[in-house]
Amino acid sequence: MNSDLRSPLNRARGLGSAKSGVHHFWMQRLTAVALIPLVIWFAVSLVMLSGADYGMARAWLSSPFVMVLLILTICIGLYHGQLGIQVVIEDYVHNEGVKLALIVAVKFIAVFFGLAAIVASMRIGFGG
Amino acid sequence: MSVANRPVHRPLSPHLQVYRPQLTSTLSILHRATGIALSVGVLYLTVWVVCASGSYETYAKFQAFNGSIVGRFVLGGWLFSMFFHLFNGIRHLFWDLGYGFEIKDAYRSGWIVVAVSLVATAISWIVGLRLI
Repeated sequence: MNSDLRSPLNRARGLGSAKSGVHHFWMQRLTAVALIPLVIWFAVSLVMLSGADYGMARAWLSSPFVMVLLILTICIGLYHGQLGIQVVIEDYVHNEGVKLALIVAVKFIAVFFGLAAIVASMRIGFGG
Repeated sequence: MSVANRPVHRPLSPHLQVYRPQLTSTLSILHRATGIALSVGVLYLTVWVVCASGSYETYAKFQAFNGSIVGRFVLGGWLFSMFFHLFNGIRHLFWDLGYGFEIKDAYRSGWIVVAVSLVATAISWIVGLRLI
């Protein structure tokens, strides 16, 4: 006799009431771990770069090593950020329509800024 | 009175107006607040890269804002937010692994996070401004 009220299929799927299982939780932790070395690198770079003029900033941004790490920092940061903002919206916005619209808007903004960062970074690096 | 009609006294969520702030709850709120600030900060970081990919004049406008009083205040806030969210985030990851849940440990790790964040912010600010 199954004491769990959930059906065996439901348990096997493991999606729960969130309808997406632990995906949100797991991605938030995975991106958090990835961001630890990236943010430390970025903080050190920021301090070294402070006071840099246009030429110095561009020279730094055009290094392939910096391009890779900076694009990773921004894109993983945006992904981690939109996951967090989604939780804040879910906690405080109780109108289903408004909640959905805000979450979709946050995700669109994240993708837009992520692509903008990649294009701008490549434009500097590849001399556009 | 039947069991079904008996009033249920479930624990209430803390009412912030009458709740004495504790280190643990304050840092929890601060983690969310700095997370929101950093979500805006990463957008601003993107604006920086976009401005750098543009003309000298575009970048000069961006730099002028950063150098203003408001700009310095905002950048300083982001710097502290970045360190606090980083160190408190590591504290959260240890909790996720099941460590540090004893009240004594939660307070100790909390104070360490506050101290390290403030020191890291101060050092970055001082070294960045070429004061040492």
